[in-house]
Amino acid sequence: MTAPLALEGVGESWRLRLNGDWSLAALARIEVQLKSLPDNLKGTLVCDWSGAKSPGIGPSWALLTRLAELGAQHLDVQHTGDPPHYLEFLQKLKTERHSTMAAPGTAPSLEKSVGKLGRWAVFQGSEVRAVIGFFGRIVTVLAEAFSRPRALRISSLARHINETGITAIPIVCLIAFLISVIVAYLGAQQLGRFGADIFVVDLVTISVLREMGVLLTAIIVAGRSGSAFAAEIGVMQLNEETDALRAMGMNPIELLVVPRVIALTIALPLLTVIADAMGLAGGGLLSLLNLHIPLLQFINRLRESLSPTTFWAGLIKAPVFAVLISMVGTYRGMQVRDSARELGRLTTVAVVQSIFLVILADALFAILFVQIDF
Amino acid sequence: MPQLSATPIIRVRGLVSRFGAQVVHDGLDMDVQANEIFGIVGGSGTGKSVLLRTILGLRVPDGGSVELHGKDVQQLAAADRTALVQSYGVTFQNGALISSLTVAQNIQLPLREYFPASEKTLNELAELNLALVGLTPDAGPKYPSQLSGGMIKRAALARALSLEPKLLFLDEPTAGLDPISAAAFDELLLYLHSQLRLTVVMITHDLDTLFRTCSRVGVIVDGRMITDTLDGMLQNQNPWIHEYFHGQRARAAGVPAAGTPAAAKDSRG
Repeated sequence: MTAPLALEGVGESWRLRLNGDWSLAALARIEVQLKSLPDNLKGTLVCDWSGAKSPGIGPSWALLTRLAELGAQHLDVQHTGDPPHYLEFLQKLKTERHSTMAAPGTAPSLEKSVGKLGRWAVFQGSEVRAVIGFFGRIVTVLAEAFSRPRALRISSLARHINETGITAIPIVCLIAFLISVIVAYLGAQQLGRFGADIFVVDLVTISVLREMGVLLTAIIVAGRSGSAFAAEIGVMQLNEETDALRAMGMNPIELLVVPRVIALTIALPLLTVIADAMGLAGGGLLSLLNLHIPLLQFINRLRESLSPTTFWAGLIKAPVFAVLISMVGTYRGMQVRDSARELGRLTTVAVVQSIFLVILADALFAILFVQIDF
Repeated sequence: MPQLSATPIIRVRGLVSRFGAQVVHDGLDMDVQANEIFGIVGGSGTGKSVLLRTILGLRVPDGGSVELHGKDVQQLAAADRTALVQSYGVTFQNGALISSLTVAQNIQLPLREYFPASEKTLNELAELNLALVGLTPDAGPKYPSQLSGGMIKRAALARALSLEPKLLFLDEPTAGLDPISAAAFDELLLYLHSQLRLTVVMITHDLDTLFRTCSRVGVIVDGRMITDTLDGMLQNQNPWIHEYFHGQRARAAGVPAAGTPAAAKDSRG
């Protein structure tokens, strides 16, 4: 394969032969050759295009750029041998503008990292303000609903209860059932060693009703509906649908956010009840099959092990988790601006944050319940 | 120097496109010769974009054939398909710039994929393509969301030109532009067409653009295409075509009414 460039001549008179493939496909090779041209050319340079096959715009542009670098003042460039028809056009473009793309950012300095920290702090501060403002706007709509019940958007509410609650029933059932079976199975292995098989019932019922039922349901719903909220509202933001609503005098918070928050606040406790029931069923089934505890005995033991508050200690957390999940999801959705990447990023943030907040809230509840002996 | 070759660059024969019971194209024929600017016109829902998508091979036709450079686009091996895709540039209606990349990165995207080169050269090429479409280099580091509608159209054209295609498909290139920007886009297109010897296939509703740039026009009526020069179209007696070229807006755009001298050129706002 012939080299794409050959430089001949001495002193003040040079001849540059262009050979072989000069299409875009040969750009990488041409580029290397162009770089190896000596920097200190003077006098006249004749570019001979007669050997160049199917010269492309890109390589021609690269050649012109390199020649301009070589000797803007000292070199007189001429083109011969049937140069491509657009060469003149490119030369004109080249002389019209002689600037380069913005230089990449420089290395971080101390000042920069301090600045970064400061910007981060300011950003976090404004974020907190925005979240409080968002919560405030939701509360405003809810307050308004007392004087104007239409603000609650019953049909939209029903749709969201269906999507976040009813369609989630199968997966919530399955997971609650399996987890309680696992807990009962592993518990039986340990407790069986000192003949305390019957305490498997206590283990299953207390863990499912106080913690597992509501926590698992909340995490599933955060993954399912939290992400859906963020994505739905985010796409509406990208399509300027929320702006259209505002322009028509409607409040996106009222139309999009509040129905989702209320729907999830209704659906999540109900899902929790179902998850609790499935968890107990799983525990009962495993006790029957593995430990040979008859169902009647299981139920009797269950009654003894539960204090009146156990069930409520789990259930009371559900609306709180629901508000956290739905607010994070809708808030992140409303934050989407400009690009598909933002949508993906904020949907991920919504899920991660809502799961984190749910677990944090659960920890706080645990401490609180111990303190007040609930 | 138009090449008058016997085989057209694009040849569509008997194209049928169906969506359920709805038949959009019913035996549509279309030929595009090298080095012409071919305008595709039709009412809403007549399947202009569907036709474009079918020609590009993005949609499998329900009947008939589409040939680009004499090759059936549906029967191509993967390697031929890549070569074919590299031989044309496309701009979509809303620009379809990748929103997470800057304008310069958008332009460099196909180059990086097919013709790797150093960062410096890629930046030069991005600058070249921006210059080609009349954008200043400071548009390069911007994201598509920071651009105005007219700049998005130009940036999309710059990306379409980055692989040095000989064939350019434009879907409503001047839709949503103000008359001055649209006129500037027309001039840009004519300029590029003459300088780079491009063949252009353009869907447009803009009569000004149509009359300024197109050498031939294909009108989709009743699922078929009627192809003629602009002068021929003005004489056509098909009711839709007559209404299109002689209606209120056509008169406002300065289309010569049949038998009378051209009306005063007037902007349509």
